Amino acid sequence: MSNWQRKFGIPVVAMIVFALFWEALVWINDWPNYVMASPSDLGPAFWQYRWMFLEHGWDTLWRTVVGLLLAIVFGVLIGMIMGFSRIMREALYPLLVGFNAIPKATVVPVVALLFVGQHDMNTILIAFMISFFPIAVSISIGLSTLEPEYRDILASLGASKLTIFRKIALPKTLPEFFGALKVAVTLAFIGTNLMEIVEPHGRGLGHLFDSGKINADYPLMFAVLIALALLGIALYYVVVALEKMFAGWAEREHH
Amino acid sequence: MSDEAHIRISGVKHAYKTEAGPLPVLDGLELEMQPGAFSAVVGPSGCGKSTLTKLLAGLLIPDEGEVILHGQPVTSPRSTVGMAFQNPVLLEWRNILDNVLLPLEIVPNKLNQKQREDRGQELLAMVGLEGFEDKKPSELSGGMRQRASLCRALVHRPEVLILDEPFGALDAFTREDLWQIMHELRHREAFTCLLITHDLRESIFLADEVVVLSGRPARTQHVMDVPFGADRSLEILYTPEATDMLHELRHQIQVAQGRVPANQEQLT
Repeated sequence: MSNWQRKFGIPVVAMIVFALFWEALVWINDWPNYVMASPSDLGPAFWQYRWMFLEHGWDTLWRTVVGLLLAIVFGVLIGMIMGFSRIMREALYPLLVGFNAIPKATVVPVVALLFVGQHDMNTILIAFMISFFPIAVSISIGLSTLEPEYRDILASLGASKLTIFRKIALPKTLPEFFGALKVAVTLAFIGTNLMEIVEPHGRGLGHLFDSGKINADYPLMFAVLIALALLGIALYYVVVALEKMFAGWAEREHH
Repeated sequence: MSDEAHIRISGVKHAYKTEAGPLPVLDGLELEMQPGAFSAVVGPSGCGKSTLTKLLAGLLIPDEGEVILHGQPVTSPRSTVGMAFQNPVLLEWRNILDNVLLPLEIVPNKLNQKQREDRGQELLAMVGLEGFEDKKPSELSGGMRQRASLCRALVHRPEVLILDEPFGALDAFTREDLWQIMHELRHREAFTCLLITHDLRESIFLADEVVVLSGRPARTQHVMDVPFGADRSLEILYTPEATDMLHELRHQIQVAQGRVPANQEQLT
């Protein structure tokens, strides 16, 4: 079996098997589509609302990506501060853990009250808040566990802290960073949808899901779930591609 | 003390701050090296040998006493120093040549890219790594990685080479190969070398003098001259002269460990 077949063929076959199993489950139990829609109901739902899917899907996508980018900038910054200073690490860690422990569903109304009507900003904010934690933790651990010899080979030549960070600490932390980014991508999606569903403002796939619920259009609800999954897969593999590009050296050859 | 000494460490005391109060690691360290000299420092585990390398590299400033390089007190790192450790710490994302060239990206120099690569390749050839320039560190054996690490320590032509147990994690045969390579490097490159080691055979095979440190806090307990010339083969380790030296060093280490009093006659 060629590499290409293994990389793309197997996942596609798995998805088809999954859809068939789902279809069979609904068919055998004779569930009406208000209990559980079947994959064959989804096609018509997608087609009927195709423009809405494009429009709302785009809203969800761009707000997730912007939230994620903010999470990367902020997470890397906090991670660097905690990674380089033990005092800051001890000061910030409990704060971060506590903040991360608060269910974001409870933060949504607070944010919505704080910035009334700023839907884009609120949604981006929640996507950001839910996804920066793993990034900050991975960077801080990556930096604080850097073996001192790595620092010493450059420090003994008079290299500045910034140079050491750029030449050694940053590239060495990239594999951990991408590991965290894969988690953060999915989390950012959850954040965006949380805002769209809990504080409905007529935008995004969350809104489409909500309107399916209100109109008892169950195939639409399921179609939204599938659309979210597809967007999630797409973004995830963008991260995987970036990882290959920038941290491919960390991957050992398999034989 | 002669003023021409390249390196002079005198009356150095240093303590680390710990939660249980200051932990003195060095107390009255004396060391003097002429340009081009090769000194090995041996001593019990945890006696402060690595602290000595940090002081010489300017990564630490001693609480008391002086570390003089070229008649100037060492107060900060300087680009005329090269270091290698037990862990070769090669950068996994760079190939071997780019790893070796790393110091040239830090140290100010007038070399263009071509000249840098020539210099790197010259060193890699000296240590037998010709043809491995494009390999990643993960594709090399432990001994080969350590050779690359030596090349990196020397690529910017440092005046002082500091080796902190660079052969400690290698198997016995690889270690002997690297000893020979060290001799060849010494013939071709001009450097003053301070070697920290636990291996007494290594110390007399490589160095012109062996300095024994006492247990913590360390002071200079004993200095032994190594009378072997510049051309050495491993055979010298099997001469009666070498055996006597090793015996004396072992005795000194036991004194440093507090296992035998200093004045006790050696049992033979």
